[in-house]
Amino acid sequence: MLIFWIVAGWVGYCLLPWYGVEKFWSLEWLLDGWPLDKDYAPAAVLVAMGQKLWLLPMALSLIAPLAVMGRRKSDPVFARVLIVAGAFGFGWLVAQGLGIGLRGFTAPWLEALFGPLEDRQFGMGYGAMITATAFLFLLTTGIAARGAVNGDVFVMSAIGGVIAVVTIFVFFPIAKMLMAAFVTDDGGYSLLVFFAKFFDARIWGLGCLSGGRCGVAWNSLFLAVLVGVLTTLLGLAFALVLTRSGFRYKRVLRALTVLPIITPPFVIGLAIILLLGLSGTVTTTVAEILGISPTRWVYGLPGVLIAQLLAFTPIAFLVLIGVVEGVSPSMEEAAQTLRASRWQTFRTVSLPLMRPGLANAFLLGFIESMADFGNPLVLGGNFDVLSTEIFFAIVGAQYDQSRAAILAVVLLGFTLGAFYLQRFWLGKKSYTTITGKGDAGVHPAMPRGLAIPVYAVVALWSTFTVVVYGMILYGSVVQLWGVDDTLTFKHYLTAFRVEWGEAGLRWTGSAWDSFWTTILIATLAAPLTAALGLITAYLLTRQNFAGKRAFEFGTMLSFAIPGTVIGVAYILAFNVPPIEITGTGLILVISFIFRNMPVGVRAGIASMSQLDKSLDESSLTLGANSWHTFRAVILPLLRPAILAALVYSFVRAMTAISAVIFLVSARYDMATSYIIGRVENNDYGLAIAYSTALIFVMLAAVGLLQLMVGRTRIGRRTSHAEGH
Amino acid sequence: MTAINAKAASVRFENVSKVYGRSVRAVDNINLDVAAGTLVTLLGPSGCGKTTTLRMIAGLEMATSGRILIGDKDVTKLPATDRDVSMVFQSYALFPHMTVMENVSYGLKFSGFDKAETQEKAQAGLGLVGLKGYDDRLPSELSGGQQQRVAVARALVLEPQVLLFDEPLSNLDAKLRRQVREEIREIQQSLGLTVVYVTHDQEEALAVSDEIVVMRNAAIAQKGSPRDLYEAPADAFVADFIGEANLIPVEITALEGDTATVRIADYTHRLPSRGLALGPAMLAVRPSRMRLVAGTGDGVSAVIDKATYVGSRMEYTVTAAFGTVFAVLEDVVTPFRPGDAVTISFAASGPVLIPAGQTS
Repeated sequence: MLIFWIVAGWVGYCLLPWYGVEKFWSLEWLLDGWPLDKDYAPAAVLVAMGQKLWLLPMALSLIAPLAVMGRRKSDPVFARVLIVAGAFGFGWLVAQGLGIGLRGFTAPWLEALFGPLEDRQFGMGYGAMITATAFLFLLTTGIAARGAVNGDVFVMSAIGGVIAVVTIFVFFPIAKMLMAAFVTDDGGYSLLVFFAKFFDARIWGLGCLSGGRCGVAWNSLFLAVLVGVLTTLLGLAFALVLTRSGFRYKRVLRALTVLPIITPPFVIGLAIILLLGLSGTVTTTVAEILGISPTRWVYGLPGVLIAQLLAFTPIAFLVLIGVVEGVSPSMEEAAQTLRASRWQTFRTVSLPLMRPGLANAFLLGFIESMADFGNPLVLGGNFDVLSTEIFFAIVGAQYDQSRAAILAVVLLGFTLGAFYLQRFWLGKKSYTTITGKGDAGVHPAMPRGLAIPVYAVVALWSTFTVVVYGMILYGSVVQLWGVDDTLTFKHYLTAFRVEWGEAGLRWTGSAWDSFWTTILIATLAAPLTAALGLITAYLLTRQNFAGKRAFEFGTMLSFAIPGTVIGVAYILAFNVPPIEITGTGLILVISFIFRNMPVGVRAGIASMSQLDKSLDESSLTLGANSWHTFRAVILPLLRPAILAALVYSFVRAMTAISAVIFLVSARYDMATSYIIGRVENNDYGLAIAYSTALIFVMLAAVGLLQLMVGRTRIGRRTSHAEGH
Repeated sequence: MTAINAKAASVRFENVSKVYGRSVRAVDNINLDVAAGTLVTLLGPSGCGKTTTLRMIAGLEMATSGRILIGDKDVTKLPATDRDVSMVFQSYALFPHMTVMENVSYGLKFSGFDKAETQEKAQAGLGLVGLKGYDDRLPSELSGGQQQRVAVARALVLEPQVLLFDEPLSNLDAKLRRQVREEIREIQQSLGLTVVYVTHDQEEALAVSDEIVVMRNAAIAQKGSPRDLYEAPADAFVADFIGEANLIPVEITALEGDTATVRIADYTHRLPSRGLALGPAMLAVRPSRMRLVAGTGDGVSAVIDKATYVGSRMEYTVTAAFGTVFAVLEDVVTPFRPGDAVTISFAASGPVLIPAGQTS
């Protein structure tokens, strides 16, 4: 492995173009002046030609490891040389990347120190990337050789790799964004300007208390709290019906609650407009009956609230069903034998034990609502929220990056605050109820006083969901909603027309471009997300190393960062060297990986903690190393987690909008941003037809993934164990 | 000081059955009497219906047919909440979000005691299990043994008519088990509680019980005092389940009153007939009641297969014409070696006749 990384380092330094090359994979650069053309030249050639001399010191770090290649691993010199070489090479690479940019030195103090630099450099390319990776793994190999994490090179490299990518793609952009919040109009940094902008009345105004308009921060907060509480309650109602009642059509109910997850979020907003908008079915009918003129009442808080409830209740449900099922039945049985009635049992035992689930569900609803972009855009009316304000600050006429950054800081503050409140509320009490063996028994049914309202809510909500989806389907096949109800396939044809012309098959539908891009990006992102998530989960559950808690917190942080914030942060961080990837497909893939990784981590942790550690240990004692163990023992047993991570990241990549809207470019347009564009042009028919098509594509993809990954075949005892 | 009192009552099952779904009989038509103030153990292998029986007493499962009485009261249709029964769960089922004190006083809150009484009784309960001063701990901060005591205290303080234990020792390590089971027995005897206790460990059952009910395939195989069951098992299943037993096929050749003469190979032995008729039968012999003598003599000739030294005694596997048996001898000074020819005979008391044709 060591030889591989040394060779890779040399290849990256001496052969591959050091700086970013457009259309790298067409390989045109090979014939177009490489290796001497200075745009395509490798670092070694540049240095030899007397340019970019600051790249020279890295060669030292590549030469040094050659000297110790023959030495034994246990030799202290071996470890020391690798650590020094790796750390120096990586550190130098990062420092020169950050220090020298498009206009020479990036900071005044560097110029003061070294004098003005006449040269400049662009974003790093594959050469730099591979060399950096090689340095990183030389470093981790060295650290492992010194005996860290039992001298396990694979584990050490995995830890190093995860830390590096999370730092580059989560912490670095967020830090950049925080810096941008302090930037003044003339490019300097100022605390005063920050505070002036931060305490702007448009953000924090309380005008609505006296009949005026409130700041966007209050709007967002109020909406998010409302959505968090209500989705949690609705999710709980569904979970209770599924686990603690004799309801017979549980499968149907489950399908119904999963449907909104594979629906692009704002599609529900559209359906709400079709139902309750000015010319919506319900509005006009009610207006006719009551003899009043229809109003635009739904635009604003009510509409956004309803749409978000529909969209995010399933997420709350999925979190809660696990927890509600997970409360050990013997807890509830014990309470009953201790003379508590069913209602008392529910109130004093079941409900408190569901606290972690309730807190998680609330947090998710809260964050999703904060980050949601499509529904407020479609239904918001005059009800401004942070996410849309951020968008308009970036793309609108005002183009004010620092305002966007400040709004994003407010948004991030709210979600991190909620994250901490949740931890605080859960406290240090334990809620794990399954201890030791022997938890047979059944959950008691809900107390009657609870069952009746729960049934009513679930029935009402299910009906509403069915109607909304009926509307979506129906809306995609009518000429013009509310005006001309003739049935037509016009919208599907416009979007997905395929013609057989002279040049063969021609994809002439207007949606094809964004459709194929979306499929491509989602297909690329899903396996990478799953891989990164599962490796992280493996490190967190199976390995012990210093700083594990900080490591866990770091990897879960992107979970609490709304997509809108990620979008802004990525734009600010990645449109200038050293990493210049805005406008590419790569930035979309990367944003999806780091947005969705926490779900992969959680799914991985959940199933890995159920696999006994003795499985690993027996594999290790049989002579396999930890990579073999991970691949041959852990991975096959993790099929459900892999599937969950794959499905989730694929679906999210196809439906996400909040981060995507900032990162798309003319060449890489995603389905969701294309649809939003149609909606803004009031082209509802096309938008809904496209969304409906997406829903079916996702259903097919989920089915396909399920087939490919297959089911884990483990014999599990169903009843509790007795005897020895 | 308020002590914990007992309001012990009897438990009675009349033709009780429990059927899951359409045809899975978990408990099949059993009759059971548990006298007030006694400790009765339900003993049997996995899936024999003992836990279901216990849960029917608690009211966590409802009988499909038959009547269940606690004291003189018919509780067949009463849910758990309304029965004066409390239960110690196998997993203890301590509420993880409540402190020890809150756990112990949980049931008292719903039993109409005022605050002072609740506090007093809970303290007395904790004192009884030796956990005074642990009030503010959370269950996750206690050891397994301590959690188990909290579970016992929580059930005790309600002064139930019947106290139920569902494999209470199975999550404890071997050393603790002996100690805890003695404590449970002591509390039961000093308070005069009615206790129904489920276990699959025969030694545990022998040690704590006034009466043992051995269950098999949803029915009662035999009930009686520990000594009865050990010394006079009704059939091969009970003989093998309670302690180990060598089951040797024999032929009853003569009956004189209550005494039978049996033939094993060409050796004859006389012992109580226990109502068996002439013909094939089984002889159940505990390993410690086997006699081995070197060379040939009065008995069945056999060969030592394996000899194992376990400190206080020798364990032998011996092969004879009727099969292989297991014997335990006290003599560790001059042990037999594998291959030695020996003669097997039986102690005067201990071996019993059981009907043939039954195996576990």
